[in-house]
Amino acid sequence: MTKRDITLTLNGKTVSGQADPRMTLVDFLRVVLKATGTHVGCEHGVCGACTIVLNGEAIRSCLMLAVQVESQEVITVEGLCEEDGSPGILQDAFRDGHGMQCGYCTPGMLTSVHALLQSNDDPSDEDILEAIGGNICRCTGYAQIIDSIKIGAERLREDKS
Amino acid sequence: MKAPAFDYHAAETVEDAVGQLAEAGDDGLILAGGQTLVPMLAMRLARPSVLIDINAVSELAGIEQLDDGIRIKTCTRQNVALNSQLIGESIPLLAKALPFIGHHQTRNRGTIGGSIAHGDPAAEIPLIAVALDASIKLQTKNDTRNLSAKDFYEGPMMTLRKDDECLTDVTFPIWQEEGKLGVGFQEVSQRHGDFAIVSVAAQMVLDGNNVCQRVAIAVGGAAGIPVRLEKVEANLTGSVINQETIGDALTNMADFLDPVEDQHGSAAYRRRVARVMTERAIWEAAA
Ligand code: FES
Ligand code: FES
Repeated sequence: MTKRDITLTLNGKTVSGQADPRMTLVDFLRVVLKATGTHVGCEHGVCGACTIVLNGEAIRSCLMLAVQVESQEVITVEGLCEEDGSPGILQDAFRDGHGMQCGYCTPGMLTSVHALLQSNDDPSDEDILEAIGGNICRCTGYAQIIDSIKIGAERLREDKS
Repeated sequence: MKAPAFDYHAAETVEDAVGQLAEAGDDGLILAGGQTLVPMLAMRLARPSVLIDINAVSELAGIEQLDDGIRIKTCTRQNVALNSQLIGESIPLLAKALPFIGHHQTRNRGTIGGSIAHGDPAAEIPLIAVALDASIKLQTKNDTRNLSAKDFYEGPMMTLRKDDECLTDVTFPIWQEEGKLGVGFQEVSQRHGDFAIVSVAAQMVLDGNNVCQRVAIAVGGAAGIPVRLEKVEANLTGSVINQETIGDALTNMADFLDPVEDQHGSAAYRRRVARVMTERAIWEAAA
């Protein structure tokens, strides 16, 4: 099949690349656009490692085709950094709260939480569990992830005010 | 796990989509939310020659109030339905089941119509459609027809939808009976968001004397398709709802079920769980 040209907004910048119709969005991000922050675990929608934010909503990028992202807005974990590439507020909170060990699940956790905090800047435990309930972490046992999210949410609220 | 090669067409209108489907013969597939289809492609369980993407077809998304029902267009996201006040008020049984589907991220993409058309015997939306006898609309290049959800399912992932038909919307009826309407939804799965091992949906109207005026009960995961418990419904209708009448109505209910055996449970286990879940769903609907 002929490759298609795809143009999208990735972390605020317009970028383009080419992909076969069968290529998933996560492969397109990683292989074609070289944005390797997004991880790929199961490749069939059960682990949450590949979570990105599409037009403001957290979705799984292994369950979407690259051709479907034409003219859409995507935020990946790279988009949560500061301008100079240093960790953003939420990422720092994960470090301070020990919200990661091996880090494989972390990009998916961060993007899921980023989407949550856009509409709810002071989430309850229940809101947090709902947002990351589809993200598997094999290391932390989740408690520190939830702590980190609370630290991050609080710092983001302070940052805003 | 990479999908085999296929062609891709982003439809702009329903006409465009059904035209493409007709052209593809029996080799085209509609791509809605993709939360089931994309993994099936990756595992090579589906090998279409062309995917017709309906995500950008604006006339295929939205929720409408009709005189006696709520029409949900096929590409309406599960999370949009979950947050819809109209659905919460008018189809409370669907609202109750929606949080059990997958996870937040998959519900942001997964659609109502996609789940109904796929017809997984353990899926929640087909179960609710069968319980409430929703009306399913199918459209081809030249024709449209409406099917009752009760008739729509033939077997696991097998429906009466023909290859050139696109499911465009589904209408859930609103019950008009006088009395107190209650709903119950019970599910057993390994973890929240996993496929249900057994699930049961019940909707009931009780009058002031606790007499059942109307009831619908359906069981998922206990046969190749969602099963309506018509005998149980008939036994309960007109009776006062109490421990005894429910117990009587559920005698022999396992005979109507034909569950599969797999790593999650034996057929005997599923039969037993189905009975317990049905009893709980009825009590929940009666509460
Ligand atoms: S890689 Fe997408 S959910 Fe696991
Ligand atoms: S930190 Fe290792 S999987 Fe979560």
